[in-house]
Amino acid sequence: MSNLGIYIEIKKGKIQKNVKEVVSLAKSSGNTIFGVIFTNEFQNFKDELNGFDKIINVKGNDMVFHPDSFSETIAEIIKEHEMEYFMGSYSFKAKEIFPRIAGKLNECSLVNDCVNYNFGTGIATKPVYSGKLLKEIEIKNKLKLITLRSNVFPVEDLDAGSPELTEKTISDKIRSKVINVKKSESKSIDIMDADIIVSGGRGMKEKENFQILKDLASILNAGVGASRAAVDSEFASYNMQVGQTGKVVNPKLYFAIGISGAIQHFVGMKTSKIIVAINKDSEAPIFKKADYGIIGDLFKIVPMLKDELEKVL
Amino acid sequence: MNVFVLIKQVPDTEAMLSVRNGTSINEESIKWIISPYDEYALEEALKLKEKDADVVVNALTLGPVRAEGALRSALAMGADNGIHIECNEDLDIETRARMLAETIKKESDTGLVFIGKQAIDDDSNQTHILVAEYLDMPITTNIISFKLEGDKVTCEREIEDGDIETVEMNTPCVVTASKVLNTPRYASLMGIMKAKKIELTKITLSDLGNISTEKKTFTKRLFAPPEKAPGRLLEGEPEEMVKELVKILKDEVKVL
Ligand SMILES: Cc1cc2nc3c(=O)[nH]c(=O)nc-3n(C[C@H](O)[C@H](O)[C@H](O)COP(=O)(O)OP(=O)(O)OC[C@H]3O[C@@H](n4cnc5c(N)ncnc54)[C@H](O)[C@@H]3O)c2cc1C
Repeated sequence: MSNLGIYIEIKKGKIQKNVKEVVSLAKSSGNTIFGVIFTNEFQNFKDELNGFDKIINVKGNDMVFHPDSFSETIAEIIKEHEMEYFMGSYSFKAKEIFPRIAGKLNECSLVNDCVNYNFGTGIATKPVYSGKLLKEIEIKNKLKLITLRSNVFPVEDLDAGSPELTEKTISDKIRSKVINVKKSESKSIDIMDADIIVSGGRGMKEKENFQILKDLASILNAGVGASRAAVDSEFASYNMQVGQTGKVVNPKLYFAIGISGAIQHFVGMKTSKIIVAINKDSEAPIFKKADYGIIGDLFKIVPMLKDELEKVL
Repeated sequence: MNVFVLIKQVPDTEAMLSVRNGTSINEESIKWIISPYDEYALEEALKLKEKDADVVVNALTLGPVRAEGALRSALAMGADNGIHIECNEDLDIETRARMLAETIKKESDTGLVFIGKQAIDDDSNQTHILVAEYLDMPITTNIISFKLEGDKVTCEREIEDGDIETVEMNTPCVVTASKVLNTPRYASLMGIMKAKKIELTKITLSDLGNISTEKKTFTKRLFAPPEKAPGRLLEGEPEEMVKELVKILKDEVKVL
């Protein structure tokens, strides 16, 4: 049995939803599961820590997320507990933290964005070339750093148990200074967190027309995404772009509205559980990739869809 | 001041990829390009050089012989030097990052390293940060604006939820470029002619001192994901299609 650590990410005052997936997979390995949580308000989270054998609560004066202090602290923890694995969900913060840990420690390998990890064979599976292909990588290093793609792994019902709690002081090694944070004006959900995404393309014709997508999204509690053509035409901002040079998303439900389905867009959303396309051109390639398609004018279909959803939800 | 721009040669985004021998891609008929984000990194370095004649822009790539093409493109856009770490082997990512860092360390007076925020081939998303760690330099990723005053770098970066963070660091440091940072220039005809005459610096593993090349990760298999079953076009009047869709989403596939 080895020691396996998990980064318990906190986002907007809550434990990030995909952490459960990581714990569920890790638990199946039979290793001792350590959770590392950065907070001065541990009591707010203590009832949500099912599955962990031990919890390390990192505390300190400056608990604002900074990849330097977080990664330095985790690197220390990994060494102190001679962990053989350290895992997390492949989130924005993990993208910053995990490579830093890899750079600070010897004899370790990091594989990001895994869609499978087999503890028996030591083989990780991950998408490459924007998901055009999958790669199986055997990790033979002493320390394995592994991040998991979100919404891929089943969440098990795990027992609450009574994890042993220890505390640790956060590192103060910070090499860049955040001098300002400008909050986004958009109130919609970040597409990286959304279970449902409503995306619009060039077919939306004008920036103002994105409002009908936002209306639809608000009923569905969805995020609003866009194709690159929509971003380049300034209908939408770059942080909404889905695709090879935008965000790779993996929601339960993805609406491609007025989007033709170019390969660069498709690779950014192809692993969505269900893809719905709405397009007036019956020849649009998106229909070959969608689970359900409606041929028609989006300006007619989308408001209708909104009304129908309002009735049933 | 020396400025390094890390360039990676990758298959064109349109490329249809097939697998050869179970573990690598079939390179025949692939068109190779500079990884798109690296072009934003290069453009930012070139803008710096336009403002300050003391800036020397070194384009650095690691890859097989064909990767020279990416360096030629970078030189044609305006880079001063092209450095090619030639290696064909499927080395571990940490080893490759160490080779890049050691190459940068060979030069003195390095102020900045620009890299694209990610390469679009192996999607391993760590080389940029590993290089910064091995160089012992601070790094800011995902930048959308960049300013250098004396030895202070100020940049804005996109973080979660569309929020924008302003970050300060001192040089020497590493930044990784996002798309909104700038609009990369096209190479001029004169640039292309000039680039042809510049001699590339070739570096091999033995030039870099003691880097262990012992492999710890092994590609076991590369394969195309299973194709999705063909989808279903709904039929009828718009009202009917919409009703049918909502019914399916709610009751059949249960994603609402
Ligand atoms: C290096 C590179 C990187 C790229 N990265 C990305 C990326 O990350 N993400 C991305 O999305 N693209 C990317 N692209 C661009 C990609 O190739 C396509 O150009 C882009 O995705 C097209 O966007 P679109 O589908 O909105 O526009 P179009 O292809 O113009 O399609 C618009 C669609 O809207 C439909 N339409 C129009 N009016 C209506 C209406 N009233 N009702 C219903 N349907 C209507 C049309 O039939 C058409 O199918 C990249 C390209 C390159 C070269």
